[in-house]
Amino acid sequence: MKTISLAGNPNSGKTTVFNKLTGSSQRVGNWPGVTIDRKEGRIKGLDSATLVDLPGIYSLSPYSPEEVVSRDYLLKERPDVILNVVDGSNLERNLYLTVQLMEVGIPVVIALNMMDIARAKGFEIDSDALGNALGCKVIEATAAKGEGMEEIKKAISEVSSSDLPKNVTFGKDVEDVLEIITSKLKPTVPRDIRRWAAVKVFEKDASASDYISEDVSAEIEAIEQAHDDISEAIIIDQRYNAICDIVSRVLVMPSSGRKKTLSDKVDDIVTGRILGFPIFFGIMALVYTIAMLEGSPGWYATDWLNTYIGDEFIPMVADWLAEIGVEGMLFGLIVDGILSGVGAVLGFLPQMLVMFLLLVLLEEVGYMSRVAFVMDRIFRKFGLSGKSFIPLLVGTGCGVPGVMASRTIENERDRRITAMTTTFMPCAAKLPIVALIAGAIFNGNPLVALGCYFGGILAVLISGVILKKFKRFAGEPTPFIMELPPYHAPSVVSVGLATLQRGWGFVKKAFTIVLLATVLIWFLSSYTWTFQEAEIIDDSILASIGNAICGIFAPLGFGNWELSVATITGLMAKEDLVGTLGTIAGIEIEEAEGDLWLWLATIVTPIGAVGLLAFNMLCAPCFAAIGAMHRELGGWKATAFAVGYQCVFAYVCSLILVQFGGLLFGYDVNIGYMVMAIVAAVVLAYFIIAKDPIGNIKALAGKEA
Amino acid sequence: MTKTLRDVEYGVPVKVIRINGEGPVRRRIMDMGITKGCSITVNRCAPLGDPIELTVRGYELSIRKADAEKIEVE
Repeated sequence: MKTISLAGNPNSGKTTVFNKLTGSSQRVGNWPGVTIDRKEGRIKGLDSATLVDLPGIYSLSPYSPEEVVSRDYLLKERPDVILNVVDGSNLERNLYLTVQLMEVGIPVVIALNMMDIARAKGFEIDSDALGNALGCKVIEATAAKGEGMEEIKKAISEVSSSDLPKNVTFGKDVEDVLEIITSKLKPTVPRDIRRWAAVKVFEKDASASDYISEDVSAEIEAIEQAHDDISEAIIIDQRYNAICDIVSRVLVMPSSGRKKTLSDKVDDIVTGRILGFPIFFGIMALVYTIAMLEGSPGWYATDWLNTYIGDEFIPMVADWLAEIGVEGMLFGLIVDGILSGVGAVLGFLPQMLVMFLLLVLLEEVGYMSRVAFVMDRIFRKFGLSGKSFIPLLVGTGCGVPGVMASRTIENERDRRITAMTTTFMPCAAKLPIVALIAGAIFNGNPLVALGCYFGGILAVLISGVILKKFKRFAGEPTPFIMELPPYHAPSVVSVGLATLQRGWGFVKKAFTIVLLATVLIWFLSSYTWTFQEAEIIDDSILASIGNAICGIFAPLGFGNWELSVATITGLMAKEDLVGTLGTIAGIEIEEAEGDLWLWLATIVTPIGAVGLLAFNMLCAPCFAAIGAMHRELGGWKATAFAVGYQCVFAYVCSLILVQFGGLLFGYDVNIGYMVMAIVAAVVLAYFIIAKDPIGNIKALAGKEA
Repeated sequence: MTKTLRDVEYGVPVKVIRINGEGPVRRRIMDMGITKGCSITVNRCAPLGDPIELTVRGYELSIRKADAEKIEVE
């Protein structure tokens, strides 16, 4: 059994190579401890060869989680071969990773990819000479057209474990120090990685103490003084010098100098000062129109599937169950619990596939990095990345794909904060709540909906500022150093596979966490404490829980059990809040919307309705979205923190709105609640303004120093 | 007053003399190919004036002006 690991820069065509080599035998998992996809598959036509796809990386430095994962994998798991995908049209920077991979002591095969683009640019690459210089096999390929794949397979099967690549030679003074270090390495360091170890000791890498126990700081300091730079930078400089030297021997570029490519000309317009924003908003509006808007293909497909599930599939199953004699509790469990709950979530699948498809397309074409480029200025003020905009936009349709869209953000910290805050946006399922409250209490004032959208954005931005002050998100401000890859036509296979993989992740969620949660809520709302079927929802366990906890919501102006219970059922799906109120009021809402409005107006004051609305817009989202958050945050602890934060934040915002709003509009003031609101406002302001409100950042800095 | 990448004219190649700063950000800048002696052309800035887009070693890279300020050029 041979294990081959696939390594390469982002945008080097690595994914295309992976898809071409493995076909449909892919499995997607997670790297341990981080939320980075780990893909592996069998290589078609090779006996027992597994290809493990490493994250796209530029270097093996110890700073980004992607790099650490790759480095640990290569050093600890020791794959048999590294297949390094190198973009032939961008040789210098791609080889920078290659020369680091060569030090790991594993045979390397280089796939010199994108040769069609390199040739179109007029590059002539002598791949044999490149292979000789590096001491490994170099195969010319154009993965997008399938060229070179058989040759790559052949090279992989022929390479033997003794075919180790050459090491890049640094300057003489550096090599002298490396020699001294090598002679002092611990005898336990395996022969294959002694060069790697020596360079890490020289760079003062955190792993250095694994490799050496003797003190070599005097030698390193001497060379740092001679070069007037730190040792880590000396190595980078000399690596690039060595690469330039090799490239000058193997690459002939057209002498005419650099011409403006088509991609440059597109960028002049698309990220230009005048049209940059209009084009950006145009594309976003288009995505929204195609996937989300009423009457769009995405909306139509979802509407059809929902109708099918609700009106045909579930009744059909119900009839069939009745026919074979299933009844009572089991019948309720299957039809009202499992089918209705999972069906409500799966009904969104078509819309989500459309959304995923569009996002993957934007990413493949290269526009996603331009979005970050255009929006960075605005979002970084609030501690987020320019790429956070996309999940928020998607989140106005449905929070689940919104949370999942945060995956395109490379920086893990930004990704987590975005995944935690995306559901503050009013999604389609929250709109019935907005419509109900606006209609019943505020005469259908359109400002209510508008306020929800702006409130959502504001909540996201404020949370960006606050969350950066927690230990799990604190640290150096995120550097924004991002490649803008040339625009290129997307590959049908890559786009299709990526879309389906995301869709499948969503389906899996619906059948695990969503299933469990909906069954629980169904049980609580259908049974009494003595496990008798509840005649009306007022007798159910859920109602008594609502009674017990409604005191919590009293300061928010809606402390009655009906609204508390409705808020809990909103966890299943936000629009269930409206359905639950209808059930409690004993009103068929579709037939008598006006009656529900009248009834609601009798149980809550206008300011209480503001509190109800604010809390339900911001608090924990539905179970499906919590499930998506769990996937992106990579653990229940982080998910619990996220949901806890959302609920507390929702409570605080709602409390401040209701109490201060109540004061402003002449409601009776409850001194206790008002004190709570003042405390909440002060704490919120403190978290926004203070640099280090809970002493985490200082503690962290102390640890690092 | 030293000249940094922040001050250069768009479209005119310049040569890097020194990269200031420290830690992961400096390492990332250098990993991406901005090293002593290499040639850089700043192409444009984003619609809101920041970040900037530049060409280095034959590809396009985007960095913030705050980081461009740490790169001294000729």
